Amino acid sequence: MVVGIKDSAKLIGISIIFCCATLVCTMFTNYYMDVSQIKNLITEGAAMIFYQAQLSTAKVVCLVSGGCLLITSVIMLLFYIKHYIDTHKKELGILKAMGYSNLKIAKHFWVFGTSVLIGAVIGFLGAFLIMPKFYALQNKDKVLPEISIHFHALIPMCFVILPAVAFAAMSIFYAFLKLKKPVLSLIKDNVQASLKTKKQKEGKNRPFLDDLRANTLRTKKTLVFFIIFASFCFSSMTQMSISMKDLSSVMMGVMTMLIGIILAFTTLFLAITTVIKGNTKTIAMMRVFGYSQKECCQSLLGGYRPMSYIGFALGTVYQYALLRFTVDIIFKDLAGVPEYKFDIPVMFVSLAVFILAYELTMHYCTEKIKKVSVKEVMSE
Amino acid sequence: MIEINEITKFYGNQENRFQVLKGISAKIQDGDFVVILGASGSGKSTFLNCVSGLESPDSGSIRYDDTDITKLSDNDLTAFRKETVGFIFQQYYLLPNMTVEKNVRMGADLAGESDYLEIIKSVGLAEKRKKYPGELSGGEQQRVAIARALAKRPKVLFLDEPTGALDEQTGRQVLDYISRLQKELRFTIVMVTHNLNIAEMADTVIKMNSGKIVEISANATQKTAYEIGW
Repeated sequence: MVVGIKDSAKLIGISIIFCCATLVCTMFTNYYMDVSQIKNLITEGAAMIFYQAQLSTAKVVCLVSGGCLLITSVIMLLFYIKHYIDTHKKELGILKAMGYSNLKIAKHFWVFGTSVLIGAVIGFLGAFLIMPKFYALQNKDKVLPEISIHFHALIPMCFVILPAVAFAAMSIFYAFLKLKKPVLSLIKDNVQASLKTKKQKEGKNRPFLDDLRANTLRTKKTLVFFIIFASFCFSSMTQMSISMKDLSSVMMGVMTMLIGIILAFTTLFLAITTVIKGNTKTIAMMRVFGYSQKECCQSLLGGYRPMSYIGFALGTVYQYALLRFTVDIIFKDLAGVPEYKFDIPVMFVSLAVFILAYELTMHYCTEKIKKVSVKEVMSE
Repeated sequence: MIEINEITKFYGNQENRFQVLKGISAKIQDGDFVVILGASGSGKSTFLNCVSGLESPDSGSIRYDDTDITKLSDNDLTAFRKETVGFIFQQYYLLPNMTVEKNVRMGADLAGESDYLEIIKSVGLAEKRKKYPGELSGGEQQRVAIARALAKRPKVLFLDEPTGALDEQTGRQVLDYISRLQKELRFTIVMVTHNLNIAEMADTVIKMNSGKIVEISANATQKTAYEIGW
């Protein structure tokens, strides 16, 4: 078999992201459906406004968070399949040369869908575990009549089974497309890379390390997206969780913060380790020639630092816009909603924590570079 | 001068330990062209890796003048490689996304060598300096590897089967470049090969078998790359 469950296990990032997405979507969709059922029991005008606000919140959170996480999972999956094919192109090329059809090889890629299934099942079960507390907190002032938890069969169908099947099918289809290459271009090294880079602008006459930094960024554009996404998640969700303490429950705040931190560091870690894995030979050669660990790390990963700050800035703007929208549009008719102001100290604390965590991750990666065995690479 | 004294090297774990180098001693003079000959599995590549500082031996010492590199820390060993040695491998290991010029610059920048274009010219690749490794033939790629190694002005150049992946004509051409540049720049060469004929180009020939040196001989006259058999 070309691809095994072991390869799918490496997609833990997708499992985690999908777990978060399913948890959020299951909880809010279930809440939305259960709250909708009590509409006829609401008699007071204030309760009706609160009811409408609850529905809108559930809808917005579900669409924004779920949609955002879904898109990220799709990009991550496609990136991983491409990365898998690039790193195994010799084996895949040999299979093609032996007479295996593209479809026959691509069919094995369905196993990547299992990472989504595992994440979705955990997220779904997790949502039902915390749902009683969530329901109670959402209606702690008893503005609405008693909301009881119901099981809606449509939810596991839409958030667990359907995504797992869709992701498995997408994996097969994408692998099929990526395998549509001449056998020789898969078996031979460098051919593809050289043709691709030929179209790129010739760099200025700058030092090798600067060139390598620019080159790494240019050849791994998807990773730029992941780094921006990671810092975006951290920035928006940590700031939002604190800023919305007056607007929502503590539980919501803690949940938002936890999801933000998990998403940010899973994505950041995966992106950075992918850069290192994809450049093992370069690192080995640099070490052989006498470049220090620090120089290797800075030239390969240094270019991503400004990207992470861009992501942080975007996250800050996003969380402000989302909370502003929630307060000004969704809660506009609701009495007693506290005024929302941009929290500058929170932003600085979040930024400081982010820089610290980012630099610690980089330090870990520098140590990882130290472990790149020159001999192992040479004997490949 | 490089003084290798009783080095041993083991591979594997406690239960399945295998001794690759069995107490090897040798001396390599500055400016010497040394060829290490031996069959597959004789330990010649491990010997080269140890002498060049890519691997640490389990015992013994390797002295470059007054410095015992087996006692150096990882950072000091990196600095030693930066200042002293150059490498050329059978598989070239060029950076595929960088042009010939940029690949050579990888070595040149370490030595603060601004005249790297001259080095590219000296290996006959001036016309192809903007090409990517994937657009070059095997022989040309190996010449880029030579230029990259020489651009850092090494005192000792280590070569592990540099012609192993090349045909006869290209192999001769590559060896010719190496020996011509050695005469010009006066660096030491330590080359591992299993091709007996290449030994005729060397000043000193070290023959290895089963992790031991079985013979060290000196050639009175050295043949050129075009005079040796293949």
